Amino acid sequence: MLDLLVQGAQMALVLLLAPLLTGIVRKVKARLLRRRGPSVIQPYRDLLRLARKEAVIAEGASWLFRVAPYLIFAATWVAAALVPTFAIGLTFSWTADLIAIIALLGSARFFLALAGMDVGTSFGGIGASREMLIASLAEPAMLVVVFTVALVAGSTQLSTIAAFMVSPGVGLRVSLGLALIGLVMVAIAENARIPVDNPATHLELTMVHEAMVLEYSGRHLAMIEFAASLKLLLYLSLIACLFAPWGLAGAGASATACAIGLATYLGKLLVGAVALALFETSIAKMRVFRVPDFLGAALMLGLLGTLLLFVSRSL
Amino acid sequence: MPVQIALWSVAALLATAIVGVARARAAAGRVLVYGTSLAVCGVTILSALIHLLAAGGEAATLALPLGIPWIGARFRIDALAAFFLVVVNLGGAAASLYGIGYGRHEEAPQRVLPFFPAFLAGMNLVVLADDAFTFLLSWEFMSLASWALVMAHHRDAENARAGYIYLVMASFGTLALLLAFGLLAGADGGYTFAAMRAATHAPWVMPLALALLLLGAGSKAGLVPLHVWLPLAHPAAPSHVSALMSGVMTKVAVYGFIRVVFDLIAAPSWWAGMLLLFLGGATALLGILHALMERDFKRLLAYSTIENIGVIFVNLGLALAFQANGFAAAAALALTAALFHALNHSLFKSLLFFGAGAVLSATGTRDMDRLGGLIHRMPATGFAFLVGCVAISALPPLNGFVSEWLTFQAILLSPGLPQWGLKVMVPAVGAVLALSAALVAACFVKAFGVTFLGRARSEVCSAACEVDRIPLIAMGLFATLCLLLGILPGLVIDALAPSVASVLGARMPVQMHVPWLSIVPIAESRSSYNGLLLFAFIAVSAVLAMLVIHRFASRALRRAPPWDCGYPDANPATQYTAVSFAQPVRRVFGTVVFRACEQVRMPPPGSLAPARLDVAQRDLVWDGLYAPLARAIGVASQRLNVLQFLTIRRYLSLVFLALVGLLLVLALWP
Repeated sequence: MLDLLVQGAQMALVLLLAPLLTGIVRKVKARLLRRRGPSVIQPYRDLLRLARKEAVIAEGASWLFRVAPYLIFAATWVAAALVPTFAIGLTFSWTADLIAIIALLGSARFFLALAGMDVGTSFGGIGASREMLIASLAEPAMLVVVFTVALVAGSTQLSTIAAFMVSPGVGLRVSLGLALIGLVMVAIAENARIPVDNPATHLELTMVHEAMVLEYSGRHLAMIEFAASLKLLLYLSLIACLFAPWGLAGAGASATACAIGLATYLGKLLVGAVALALFETSIAKMRVFRVPDFLGAALMLGLLGTLLLFVSRSL
Repeated sequence: MPVQIALWSVAALLATAIVGVARARAAAGRVLVYGTSLAVCGVTILSALIHLLAAGGEAATLALPLGIPWIGARFRIDALAAFFLVVVNLGGAAASLYGIGYGRHEEAPQRVLPFFPAFLAGMNLVVLADDAFTFLLSWEFMSLASWALVMAHHRDAENARAGYIYLVMASFGTLALLLAFGLLAGADGGYTFAAMRAATHAPWVMPLALALLLLGAGSKAGLVPLHVWLPLAHPAAPSHVSALMSGVMTKVAVYGFIRVVFDLIAAPSWWAGMLLLFLGGATALLGILHALMERDFKRLLAYSTIENIGVIFVNLGLALAFQANGFAAAAALALTAALFHALNHSLFKSLLFFGAGAVLSATGTRDMDRLGGLIHRMPATGFAFLVGCVAISALPPLNGFVSEWLTFQAILLSPGLPQWGLKVMVPAVGAVLALSAALVAACFVKAFGVTFLGRARSEVCSAACEVDRIPLIAMGLFATLCLLLGILPGLVIDALAPSVASVLGARMPVQMHVPWLSIVPIAESRSSYNGLLLFAFIAVSAVLAMLVIHRFASRALRRAPPWDCGYPDANPATQYTAVSFAQPVRRVFGTVVFRACEQVRMPPPGSLAPARLDVAQRDLVWDGLYAPLARAIGVASQRLNVLQFLTIRRYLSLVFLALVGLLLVLALWP
């Protein structure tokens, strides 16, 4: 019963924190640009406002257009809830391993790209086409990073990997360093951040993510924005859980351990958010056809890490 | 008993083929032929399933006094054959059901009805055969029946070319198989499979037999570079036959390969595994890149079949490599993944071809760039096609993901392999598989998005209407199976265990007792997956989110013209097409793989001529391998043509010289 409660708490936690994280990133970015920026809780207000509004959908839109936002949100939420945040060994942690979590995000993207093509506008098409190009490189890069981590820990189960990563047997490894760089690059591409895509753009021809969701409004847009925030949270949690697993509460831990886990988790998120904002303000967006080079580098780093592990388990 | 049932089913199918000749033009003939095929396939599935599950797939044999006198025709059903009988007849049953309704649109039923049951009978016989003669005869029968079906619309020049290339490749494949069996039978002529199993082969036999087998079975399955006939021939046939050829006949080829390599030769070597890994990886990547470039949706599906065959062969290669090094559990995992993927692919590829057939009969075109918006006109077909697209893109919680996941789990077990070649090859192939899996998703976003979503690109699809109920039932059935296999993978893995054990002697752990119907390939701390819970979680969260928003926020909805950044264009031609969707991928991968080049021709200022974008791409396999080969054969036959116009004296002296030469060879032979 308690286990179920902890699992439920995790599901609620990611839902509650995701908009806040987006708000913090935006705030820090604004401050770095010497703007005051909106309040950190502005994303909550935006979501509420959007959800209360009447949804306007295009005349030619099919049922898929209306169903997709809920599917995207649900798949992303489930994926985010399966990544350990403050504790490992949650009740349902064995439902999906890291490969399945990535594939769940793939499902969400599949429907997002289809929704982009549904109305039959050129912007939807350009967004879907480019998103699938980016995904076709980001997903394999992510998978080889997963291979590296899984070979080190001897498991694709996130809880087991996290438990292994805090154990003293890990040490400093070249392969894990390569995997970390690869993972960060993939995370940047997957979350449509600068330099791959610009989440705040209004210049049509540079949009990828925003072009796909151009036709959405009201509650549908709220769902998609929420899913995007959840995805950012998921990737930060994933990096934290794989490469900074300190403070994570073990399976069946006491309330104090959970509280400590929660506090360190919030700290890690804050560090991640500030680092992301710093990185984004310090770099320019690249052309679409430079992105394959960027992601190809991530793929090669991950592959190199995996190859090293095939050569020697201790690298 | 199961052998008798299967053989009577084959006999019934052959009889139906003869009935099909007589009653082809009547509507009753169509219902009779497809109805009987459906019933016969159903009976065979049942008997094979009972044999596999209840009897544990114990080998049952039967010898008939047919064929070569001192061997007879031998038939055998073991667990592996029973599994492939299920795959063949499941596809056959659904195609027959689909054909009852779809056959109405057939212009030349007399060219389809007799060959359809014959084709099914041929595939069943290949799986049943237990000696080389019966196997080759059935194999050739299967090839010829499918060739006749490819040539159903033979007046179309493109189909005639497809049929010609298919015939050449199929005969070549059978020739290679004939030689392979000859090698395995040895000098004593032990043509029964039992004799081949028992024989000990010289060390040089194995590589040669494997190479010949790769040529024979690999060309039928569509391994690169023997795949060239497949994207031509599969789409040329009527759609339910395309489904059979892509979904089922390629699996029969996989069966032949497994039967010979794992069962008859049964001397695994790591370099054979490495060769298969390389070929499988190349096949997967090249297949899906071709599919992405395609705008004809049936050819797109055929190219995607090549990709899936690549995935299956990668698994077979892993299984061989593991087996050669004595990793029994890992080999069982890889072979289970291969068989699971074969079953999955037969389901979703048939489903997709059924959907393609529905679109083709409703619109009359296979060109995606003339379609669009069909989800409004054909909602049920659209939904079934969407399920197929999600399944083939290996997305959870459908079935395609499970076999993909098992493959990755098998790859993660491979660092223990001692050989350096494998140590480098396996991670590279893993990355290639991951890349092709992601490209598959892009490809099927394109296939579904361009065909079914957006606005109609030409009048043909504004007038399209939904297909009849019976084809829809066939599609619904397979769509349901795709979901069921995805959320209950443990049951499938357990059902596959006897088949895997029959060739490897090892199996995956029993999944039935894992709590919550999860699957655990090795150990729970290592990896586990639960499709059922994942499906339930997604469904509950989606419904919950919708209910909460509708209840507490807003459910008002208004239709308005599309926004499109303020410049909505009324012309549907401004939408992204299949070609434009693939443009980024073509620029990134195609410049290397296809030597693709784009040329923009802008008219000078003031000129009213339209700007043009020309895209040229080449098929390097065709240009590099087949075209020179065809040229060489052409030149050689032109030279040899002289021999047809000699005088009788010269002919006689030629015969005499040949005789002397042969006698010399005999005399000098050690």
